[in-house]
Amino acid sequence: MATKTAATATQRNKAEKNPILFERTPALTTAITNYCPGCLHGITQRLVAENLEKLGITGTTVGVSPVGCSVIAYEFYACDMVQAAHGRAPAVATGLKRAHPENTVFTYQGDGDLASIGMAETIHAATRGENITVIFINNAIYGMTGGQMAPTSLPGQVTQTSPYGRDVKTAGYPIRVCELLSSLDGVAFLQRVTVDTPSNVRKAAKAIRKGFEYQRDGLGFSLIEVVSTCPTNWGMTPYAALEWLRENMLPYYPLGVYKDCKAGE
Amino acid sequence: MGEKILMKGNEALAEAAIRAGCRHFFGYPITPQTELAAYMSRHLPKLGGTYLQAESEIAAINMVYGASSAGVRVMTSSSSPGVSLKGEGISYMIGADLPGLIVNVNRGGPGLGGIQPSQSDYWMATRATGHGDGHVFVLAPSTVQEMADLARKAFDLGDRYRMPAMILADGLLGQMMEPVELPEPLDPAALPPKPWATTGTQGTREHNIINSLSLVAQILEDSVIKRYERYVLIKDVEQMAQLEYVEDAELVVVAYGAAARIARSAITAAREEGIKVGMIRPITLWPFPTKAIKNACATARAFLSVELNTGQMVDDVRLAVDGSVPVSFFGHTGGIVPTPAEVLVAIRKACAGETFHLLPYHSTLKAGE
Amino acid sequence: MAKVTVDIEYCKGCGLCVDFCPQEIMQLETEVITQKGYHPAHCVDQESCTACLNCAMMCPDVAIMIER
Repeated sequence: MATKTAATATQRNKAEKNPILFERTPALTTAITNYCPGCLHGITQRLVAENLEKLGITGTTVGVSPVGCSVIAYEFYACDMVQAAHGRAPAVATGLKRAHPENTVFTYQGDGDLASIGMAETIHAATRGENITVIFINNAIYGMTGGQMAPTSLPGQVTQTSPYGRDVKTAGYPIRVCELLSSLDGVAFLQRVTVDTPSNVRKAAKAIRKGFEYQRDGLGFSLIEVVSTCPTNWGMTPYAALEWLRENMLPYYPLGVYKDCKAGE
Repeated sequence: MGEKILMKGNEALAEAAIRAGCRHFFGYPITPQTELAAYMSRHLPKLGGTYLQAESEIAAINMVYGASSAGVRVMTSSSSPGVSLKGEGISYMIGADLPGLIVNVNRGGPGLGGIQPSQSDYWMATRATGHGDGHVFVLAPSTVQEMADLARKAFDLGDRYRMPAMILADGLLGQMMEPVELPEPLDPAALPPKPWATTGTQGTREHNIINSLSLVAQILEDSVIKRYERYVLIKDVEQMAQLEYVEDAELVVVAYGAAARIARSAITAAREEGIKVGMIRPITLWPFPTKAIKNACATARAFLSVELNTGQMVDDVRLAVDGSVPVSFFGHTGGIVPTPAEVLVAIRKACAGETFHLLPYHSTLKAGE
Repeated sequence: MAKVTVDIEYCKGCGLCVDFCPQEIMQLETEVITQKGYHPAHCVDQESCTACLNCAMMCPDVAIMIER
């Protein structure tokens, strides 16, 4: 009882000193994002930035932005940023990391970028155990170009270029990136998360933090897949998109840890 | 220093790059640049550097893009089909104002082509290494010594002007052995700082951004024109060419790289016949040595471009001559290297007042046909 | 009680804070249009705020600040 009282007093003191419970992290610039209203990019972007601050590495981090909706992410992160060609972010990150291994290097990529045009770069950075962290936004569609079928579009999913629904007989099946990469020895950490609820946002934050910690400890390639929405191109309200995500995407892309080199330790 | 050692061209280039402070090499296997990558794989790890065999040429050039963004001297090497694949990355490097050395040990094309010496990538190197409105330095060595010297030069030029530099060699220069005097090694840590590099803000400055995207047309135009102005300056001050017997030459042969070596033998033979022929050997293909060619127009009555292709550099010779005198062409392609005797025949024809575009297969073709 | 401040420069009126507020005290201000053309969110009852941070967690535009 006495301990509890003391703790409460400490908390109160802390609260009096710092009455701010939540504010914008300095690892984000003041720029207004180009993302559509209700797009979950902004949440994941915030989680990455907050983790850089928490780990005290904003000043020693270099981020790589892709081609896609987050192409301009270089304006949103306050750390040094490099813009990469479509799909090439892991290769660019490799160059950055090999030149300055002491720096933290992350890429921030969408599904078309990472799992279609950049699949070779993704797999080989992973199998090399490249000591970088990849943040992978999977929203089952090409967002920036206006909603075309992506490598992760679900069977039957209607998009601009699968107007009758994705027919797996002609368009093939979606790629499950975490499952695909989990067989590679160079991979240190793989987790699929989502940011559809406040509690899942907190879990995603922890997963991203783990990715950066594994990189800090030199354990190898880490990738955090964030199952996300595209309200604009899905043609839904932001909240309805979350429900669609839960009903359709999560059964196909189950959340969880797919590889953890420290598991069992 | 001053000691000469016998080295292969590819290896001399690799060692000179290391001595220029390059500690990072990203490549992909392709003939005939193999010795260069192999040399790097033996030596860079011992120096604390990176030799990385990428999954593709595309990945390799993007690793170069990344390492260059981080401010280090970095290179890749490849051969024609591989350089096509690198085109995307080179364009991004141009757009993001990044230095970096790309070695193209040119082989015959198009397509998979062959693996014998060729100069068929002249247009690609000087006109369109990738999409967009930009250039890279293109340096053309003609000896193993120059393979070494131009490696240093390429890094220096690239860093000074913040643009990629290409060494355009060929299998002949890459594989041949000659005595070479290697330059003094530079300490990578002692190279001029690159305050634009993305090395981490360290909390002491605004974030650096390496980027080629500009969605606002006016900003993009401004940046492209600013880069163009740099090109104008480069064209003014960085042209390099070797002049041989040009002072009294009535015919000037223009040839670079391996073709210049053969042309030189033919010119020596022609001089013995009393033909007043000289040679301009472009060392920089971009910027093209237009000044040397214009100056030679004072005495020259004709020009003859000798190339290992169907006639590419001859365009630049014509542009430089600007119609003042006739320009002929002689070449072999497909990996066939002309003999000095063949070039001598072409020299005699040009001196006799003929204007031609001579390829051995279509030996009757004339200019304009 | 906590103070919820929405920076209307960042807010795009997506309404996720409204959807996730357990106290139902976040609303879009339909009579206000931001420079970007959105109806921004605001807290209509600061007294009822429990500082659960749900709104801030779900705000894609990091437009929300919460103070004790």
